[in-house]
Amino acid sequence: MTAELATRGITKSFGGVQALAECTLTAPSGQITGLIGPNGSGKTTLFNIITGYERPDAGQVFLGSQEITKAAPRRVFALGVGRTFQLTRIFPRLTVLENMLVPSGHLRGGPAGSPGQRNSAGGGRGHRERAMELLAFTGIDGLSGALAGTLSYGQRKLLELSYVLVADPAVVLLDEPAGGVNPSLVNHLADRISELNKAGRTFLIVEHNMDFVMGLCHQVTVLDYGTVIASGPPDLIRNDPRVLDAYLGSALLDAQAADEPAVDD
Amino acid sequence: MTAQRTLRAAGLVVLLAVVAVFPLVFTNPTATLFAIDTLIFVIVASAWNMFSGFSGYLSLGHAVFYGTGAYFMAVAANDWHMNGSAAFELLPLAGLVAALIAVPVGLIALRVRRHTFVVITIAFFFIAQLAASNLSVTGGSSGLILPSPPFASATFNNPFYYLAAVLAVLTVALAWLVRRSRYGLQLRAIRDDEDRAAGLGVRTMPVKLSALVLSAFITGMAGALWVYFIGTAYPMFVFDPLFDLAVVLMAFFGGLGTIAGPVLGALVLEPAQQWLTLQTTGYESEILFGALFLVIILFLPRGVLPTAAEYLTKGRAVLARRRERPPGQSPSELAESRGGSSRS
Repeated sequence: MTAELATRGITKSFGGVQALAECTLTAPSGQITGLIGPNGSGKTTLFNIITGYERPDAGQVFLGSQEITKAAPRRVFALGVGRTFQLTRIFPRLTVLENMLVPSGHLRGGPAGSPGQRNSAGGGRGHRERAMELLAFTGIDGLSGALAGTLSYGQRKLLELSYVLVADPAVVLLDEPAGGVNPSLVNHLADRISELNKAGRTFLIVEHNMDFVMGLCHQVTVLDYGTVIASGPPDLIRNDPRVLDAYLGSALLDAQAADEPAVDD
Repeated sequence: MTAQRTLRAAGLVVLLAVVAVFPLVFTNPTATLFAIDTLIFVIVASAWNMFSGFSGYLSLGHAVFYGTGAYFMAVAANDWHMNGSAAFELLPLAGLVAALIAVPVGLIALRVRRHTFVVITIAFFFIAQLAASNLSVTGGSSGLILPSPPFASATFNNPFYYLAAVLAVLTVALAWLVRRSRYGLQLRAIRDDEDRAAGLGVRTMPVKLSALVLSAFITGMAGALWVYFIGTAYPMFVFDPLFDLAVVLMAFFGGLGTIAGPVLGALVLEPAQQWLTLQTTGYESEILFGALFLVIILFLPRGVLPTAAEYLTKGRAVLARRRERPPGQSPSELAESRGGSSRS
């Protein structure tokens, strides 16, 4: 149930704005890959293209050896790529447990020893039990009867992660899982991701929280203006001059400019 | 929890018993006429809710299916010389024709969402009304007269009443089954976030379309029963915009997306409407109903039942808190306990 996710030469523009230019990256099988970059560098657009919510102007997406470039979201999900959204998209007027029963858990046959998923009307026993197990895993099983719309922001992130896991995806894409979440929940989330990864899942994570990314990821890929400008282990990326420039360059220059005394007077 | 379930079951049995004996107690034909109209609206409001309430696609064009069923009944009963209880056998067929019409309607209208969907369903309504006033098969604007059922005049209404009652019970039972099924869950997921549901493997178009077709099937049968009861089919009444508004108002009144909501809406609003129409020259009731619509949308947008349930839960929590509080507590402790529990 592990798989490598790769993009090759993805290009996408919206009107005159080029969001992605020849973007080629790999999320190696069984690893956690971080995807970072300044705002507007094309991270979410790339997620949308990988998961079928948007079509690229050029380029290809591969899951293992299979090309999934033009697959619809439903198909991408069925093939084993689950994702969460930056602004969580849960079903607010369903209960937490009902949210868990929306994804088709049987699409890839599920893990061994999870019987009765196919005919689970409204959640047959197998489906329902697995849903509760996953909620217990992410730690929100106590809220299973609550309407999802009443959850806090962090709890919603956990719910979204939980129901993506229902289909037992080989690859999980997380769009800013730690954004706006309180620090203790961030650690909890990192532990869960780590644990899922040890079981073999491939992760590709967009995140601005650098401690989170550097602590969790095996590989980090940096996007700037829609192109990969660096890729490698966290320690190398942290000190890469191109990355520092992309992230801090303008800010540094601005700061220097502000510090310099005005000489014109 | 079990006490609540027993209470609910007891209420249901009483309601069914009342429905069963109603025509035996109230033999006055005006009473049974009101009752038949009410039951037909129970059927249609529940069927409408099964599609629109669950999926969030608000249809203002269900009169298309109601009218299709009605005209099929009028034409078939005349052409095939079917009368009496034999004519009742045409009801499922009328439903089937309405369901067939729902397929192209759905394939077109369900491509768009929200207000655009609403506007398209209204457009379909006017197409149907115009077609009925101009086609020869519907008798154009002079309408059609159905064969008069050969029932004894004293109990003339009873066969219609009981048929409507059975259909109403079956429809509500079906709505209940749909709501607790995985299919119903997918419909409600579509209501909350259709794209997300699609991204999680829900086949949104087949799910939406089948719900519309099922809803149209039931609505068509109700239309056929109604037209056979009143005996005439005129385009103005068979395709009536007020019909759509009444159905939507009933579902909103009771509680959109609930099972009991549309039933309650029909049971309260249809008799009220009939009574008001009798008391006044006619249009006042429509003005009052328009005002009621405004009041409900503004103050009870989720409907009477969900709002009442919320108040009940809150009231129970308050009572439980009062019971828990030991006597002789200081005011500061009181404030604390109150603050603590209101946060939870």
